[in-house]
Amino acid sequence: MISPMPECDLLVVGAGPAGVAAATVAAERGRAVLLLDDTPWLGGQIWRGEQQKPTNAQAQTWLNRLARSGVRIIGEARMVGLEGPGRYVIETPDHHWTIQPKALVLATGARELFLPFPGWTLPGILGAGGLQTLVKTGWPIEGQRVVVAGSGPLLLAVAAGLKKAGANVVGLFEQASPASLARFGTQLIAHPDKIGQAFGLRRQLAGVPYKLGWWPVRAEGVNQVERLVLTSGRQTLTVDCDAVACGFGLVPSLELPTLLGCLLDGEAVAVDAGQQTSVQGIFAAGELTGIGGNDKALVEGQVASLTAIGEHAAVFPLHRSRNGWRNFARALGKTFKPRPELLKLAEPQTIVCRCEDVTYSQLSGYTSWRDAKLQTRCGMGPCQGRICGAATRQLFGWGMESVRPPVLAARVASLIPSDERI
Amino acid sequence: MSQTPDVIVLGAGIVGAACARSCAQAGLSVLVLDRGPIGGGTTAAGMGHLVVMDDSEAQFALTSRSCQLWQELRAELPEDVEYDNCGTLWVAADDEEMAEVDRKARFYQERGVAVEILDAAGVASSEPELRPGLAGGLRVPADAVIYPPCAAAYLLADARRKGGRVEMDCNAGVAAIEGPGSVRLTSGRQIQGGIVVVAAGALTPLLVPGLPIKKRKGHLVITDRYPGFAHHQIVELGYLKSAHATQADSVAFNIQPRKTGQMLIGSSRQYNAEGTEVEPHLLGRMLKRAESYMPRIGQLSALRVWTGHRAATPDKLPIIGPVPGNDRTWIASGHEGLGITTSLATAEILVDRLMGRNPAIPAAPYDPARFEHAAKEPTHA
Amino acid sequence: MPEPEVINVTVNGQRLSVPAGTVAASAVARAGLVGFRAPVRGGPARGPLCGMGICFECRIMINGQPQVRSCQVICREGMELRTDDLANA
Repeated sequence: MISPMPECDLLVVGAGPAGVAAATVAAERGRAVLLLDDTPWLGGQIWRGEQQKPTNAQAQTWLNRLARSGVRIIGEARMVGLEGPGRYVIETPDHHWTIQPKALVLATGARELFLPFPGWTLPGILGAGGLQTLVKTGWPIEGQRVVVAGSGPLLLAVAAGLKKAGANVVGLFEQASPASLARFGTQLIAHPDKIGQAFGLRRQLAGVPYKLGWWPVRAEGVNQVERLVLTSGRQTLTVDCDAVACGFGLVPSLELPTLLGCLLDGEAVAVDAGQQTSVQGIFAAGELTGIGGNDKALVEGQVASLTAIGEHAAVFPLHRSRNGWRNFARALGKTFKPRPELLKLAEPQTIVCRCEDVTYSQLSGYTSWRDAKLQTRCGMGPCQGRICGAATRQLFGWGMESVRPPVLAARVASLIPSDERI
Repeated sequence: MSQTPDVIVLGAGIVGAACARSCAQAGLSVLVLDRGPIGGGTTAAGMGHLVVMDDSEAQFALTSRSCQLWQELRAELPEDVEYDNCGTLWVAADDEEMAEVDRKARFYQERGVAVEILDAAGVASSEPELRPGLAGGLRVPADAVIYPPCAAAYLLADARRKGGRVEMDCNAGVAAIEGPGSVRLTSGRQIQGGIVVVAAGALTPLLVPGLPIKKRKGHLVITDRYPGFAHHQIVELGYLKSAHATQADSVAFNIQPRKTGQMLIGSSRQYNAEGTEVEPHLLGRMLKRAESYMPRIGQLSALRVWTGHRAATPDKLPIIGPVPGNDRTWIASGHEGLGITTSLATAEILVDRLMGRNPAIPAAPYDPARFEHAAKEPTHA
Repeated sequence: MPEPEVINVTVNGQRLSVPAGTVAASAVARAGLVGFRAPVRGGPARGPLCGMGICFECRIMINGQPQVRSCQVICREGMELRTDDLANA
């Protein structure tokens, strides 16, 4: 298919806060910008549903600016790989085409970290963000008993959202200890609006049991989840439920930057002061450079974009704010780091790789992710190790392997370059 | 290993694993060295097609003997080896290729291999996803597929389980062979053995300079699960007319149904392509070729694309035996695209020769010394 | 043209009306089904996990196309959804 925009000044991949900000500020300065997202929606996971039902002023401000800016937006479009230097292959539900932008901003965000525990594969156990996202797009939750468990500030927002959607939130369990959260609380003084947000959410959750230092150990049920067993290390608790929203924080989605050759710094994409990656002309913003939430994403998106289009003077005032949010991100990571007990939940028969049904006991004894992949098929299924790869990094300390194309499972046809099609 | 091993095998791919197992079965103590995990090199990159071939008498002898050895092992292969007796279907697009079907059929039949010639309707009914209008095909029902990395691991485990003295170090990059039976690791460590068997695939010339083994790069694609999309390993006979047999970059249609329901799609061949990166245009040509045979293939979801380097020799036969003038360094390499098939027979020949026994098939066509003679002959432009 | 408020789809052949904007995964759940796909080595059926197109647990057949991530597809009028390997089991 002929590319709808064969060339552009800036290509932005991912339409969450970082991508929206990046695309908007470049287009506002007269550049030709194309913004892609894998989903049919704008706003990423965090602003999902804002287009249809406005609830968040910050989201509305940015989505309105985006709408006025002249950015060309294509949904259900993902970058699957490279066709040549600087020529990217984009797949949509019916077509694929290539684009050669002057600069590229990667804003592919994050996904939830799932740590396997017995019973976690039962239907009705979803990611915390995962259930929230589905509820915003029609998932039936009204009247259902839901347990929210895991770690991170997302849990509060999810519980509040589910309650508002009519769910009976029967408990909210954060694995981080009260002491660790208190330390985090004092650091929030630098970000008073975050304190306000947290208090607002707590008010919305009045009446919902909220426990710190508790985590899930086992889920039970026949064809779907019926109960979740939790512990504080000293006591255990069994909660009857119809659904569980469970995530242990977020991890950056590093596959695309890795495939494009961007170097990593630990579990994040390495960037310079202008958000440029190790690859000239490729920038990264938002959760990719370290989990820090939408405020960090918004400012990084702007820095990346303005640097990419050469508007360096406009970047300077943003640096202070960006550095502040980076400190916030570090505190966040420390506070909600999974406790060691969470890495021991899996039993020998617990499935770790959900695509290929590889159990914990099958994986013990291997020394590397690659060795385990080759011999057990762990991580070889359609998610390409996105779920079990993050888990095994935590469980076994295995490093990431090189990424093979396509970035995400793609149609075979999308791997045929357009000029081979004539 | 406390004592000096009788044999040091360089390479824990399927050929190295088979050699280690056969050595152990002959009572020799074995140390296997590799820089990476078992079956992590070309073994992991290949299709795992167990196929009887007919390019030459020697190729037939080796592939058919090896397929026989695989069939003898079949009952004891664990589930994860995914042995699947799906058979091979060679498809003919037109009359010219149909003539090749007849030739191939005669060749196999004369040598006792069961085959079945299919007409246009026969091909269409046995593989409904193939495009209409193909001329026919040749079915070789005894051919099979396996999952090579687990097969390699099985061969090593099997040798041990049966009391063989096999040790392994998969974190041992080998820098050089230094003197009779002696190797130096990249770490600097020196290991002394009785003899060294080099089963390092396309990397073999780095350890034994002068061997005529060249890297021949290939691409493969694996899809999500679509059980029944293909039933046989299907290979086109169009390579007769394409460039697959020559030095140029070439592609051919080749699809393999995995036991999981996944489809493995090939194939490409390239010389002088040292890098491991996926080459979008060659990959595109390969998939377009596949799509021309199976029109709906483009709609399948592709999970992964990867490349590997086959170890190719000038006469398309592997190199099995001692380096001329050096009976302490033996070669088991140069299998190009047939290493998975011929691993067992390769190991059998190697160990029979090592032990002074008479191999089940004549060993001369695979002897390293054959290139000595070739090198002495004058070359013509 | 205003978007219709209700979309009609079928789930394993049964007619179902869902609010506009509902994704296929939610339609399957609204049809009362908890299992979306059969795991490759047996055991209870699986349902969605990540809700954002990453985990591939919500794969179903949509309009005849197998292995589609149902959480990423918005229901359109007349769409045929099948939890196929389960429906045919």
